[in-house]
Amino acid sequence: MSTERPLTKNIEPGRGPLDARGYERAGGYQGLARALRLTPAEVQAVVKDAGLRGRGGAGFPTAMKWSFVPMGTDAPRPKYLVANADEMEPGTFKDRVLLEGDPHLLIEGMAIAAHAIGAEVAYIFLRWEYRLAEARLRQAVAEAYAAGWLGKNIKGSGASLEMHVHVSAGRYMCGEETGLLNALEGKRATPRAKPPYPQAVGLFGKPTIVNNVETLCCLPGILVSGADWFKNLSRSADAGTKLYGASGKVKHPGIWELPMGVTAREVLLEHAGGMRDGLALRGFLPGGASTDFLTPAHLDVPLDFDAVTKAGSRLGTGTMIVLDDHSCPVGMVHNLTRFFARESCGWCTPCREGLPWAEKTLLALEQGEGRPGDLELLREQVGWYGPPGRTFCALAPGAAEPLQSALTHFRSDFERHVAERRCPYRASRGH
Amino acid sequence: MLTPEEKAEIDRELTQVPVRSAACLEALKVVQRARGWVNDEALHDVARYLEMSDAELDSVATFYNLIFRRAVGRHVIYFCDSVSCWLLENERLRDAITQRLGVREGGTTADGRFTLVPIQCLGCCDKGPAFMIDEDLHVEVEPSALGAILEAYP
Repeated sequence: MSTERPLTKNIEPGRGPLDARGYERAGGYQGLARALRLTPAEVQAVVKDAGLRGRGGAGFPTAMKWSFVPMGTDAPRPKYLVANADEMEPGTFKDRVLLEGDPHLLIEGMAIAAHAIGAEVAYIFLRWEYRLAEARLRQAVAEAYAAGWLGKNIKGSGASLEMHVHVSAGRYMCGEETGLLNALEGKRATPRAKPPYPQAVGLFGKPTIVNNVETLCCLPGILVSGADWFKNLSRSADAGTKLYGASGKVKHPGIWELPMGVTAREVLLEHAGGMRDGLALRGFLPGGASTDFLTPAHLDVPLDFDAVTKAGSRLGTGTMIVLDDHSCPVGMVHNLTRFFARESCGWCTPCREGLPWAEKTLLALEQGEGRPGDLELLREQVGWYGPPGRTFCALAPGAAEPLQSALTHFRSDFERHVAERRCPYRASRGH
Repeated sequence: MLTPEEKAEIDRELTQVPVRSAACLEALKVVQRARGWVNDEALHDVARYLEMSDAELDSVATFYNLIFRRAVGRHVIYFCDSVSCWLLENERLRDAITQRLGVREGGTTADGRFTLVPIQCLGCCDKGPAFMIDEDLHVEVEPSALGAILEAYP
């Protein structure tokens, strides 16, 4: 195991990002230079050997995702590479760090991915609210063109890549892969039926890969230092480092690049400093709003994709949201469910009709108007949102995760809301 | 009518996309930046320019929460009401804003100075409670600091 921080090594608090020349001096663009000396198939093989899995939440193997893109001279053109920089999962603030802190790392990663799939056009799909990131990305893209790392015939390799920054206009659904493609086409961000998968029929009907920012930022290191190096960064079966985070009433909320597979205890106690004085840990969502609650009994679970799944949740984005013992679990789940209900695009019935129903039921519980049978009703609702397959995309199954696990882990809290006809926490907080 | 400046900005976006309608969100934002919001006439003009029907463009415009199809105040407050800020008791901050401005979420002050809208998690969960005013991000906002912050937006 190593202490290297390949994703954040160029990021220093209080100083802006490196420009193209500074980034090159720090060893930057050597991963791309190496990739351009390899064939696309060879680049895919290195990334496959490295065991890179997508950092956007689903953990799908990156090289396998790429492998479905048609290659060769008969493949449709142009092919597209899209960086999903629409970070909007509640409680997730990791890609912001990379976008603001080292934009050239993303551009280099995108150029490597584009070469691996033979894409000639790339978009950075960025949420509008990341104003500083937009300014820095636009500057960095211009610098990369000027330095010859983007544009026609990059460094004499014969490969070309045009890169555009697309600033979105809101809506959580744009982070969903096919919703994002519709948004880029100037349409409502509703999900598409799969198959066909975007790898074959994506943006403007052409082969397209959408990768998360953090995923793409892993690529330069893999190309420079190799698959074994990447695997050795990790403490577990999943390779690499990971941006972990913690928010809520911990002493020192933040984002840290750590070896994949550190435990929740290590993140929460060593890095986040534990709970604020006078508070105790009730539970946590390991990776954003659409992951199941884990409890203090799960503190020693290694935070990798398979171990967190085995514990009954998902690693998701790796940014933990921490529930303390003075905050109401029902209120927290109401907040989450209200978000999902508001962001439902309305395409699928369980999501459009069901989420507002659950939201109203949870609000009633919070306002002391809960009724016997509400818990059963919520459980029934959860059964309509998931498992995946009842809806076109993962929004409703994601919304089900914190709700179903709260009903299990915090059942007595729900029951007290009904029995006492009030929120016990609100009463003690003085609201 | 779209102004020459608006058309020039939209034309720049058109160089980045293979079909005209793909530039529609950027075109709506161009108009909104210049005029504050997108009225029916502007919607019609953008639709014509991008070879879309009014209905098609309106279906897109109304989907996205950052495109305004109603007049908004001179400044827009985007209040993060997602889970991490909620855990940091941002309801106290929201109450302070609504009381001070005399509007609920979605409303505009009588003097046309502020519109208050909720926004998806702003991605600064380590520094909540947070909101944006126009393009500025404000973090770790205490209700007591609200007056001084709002002062800067006349």
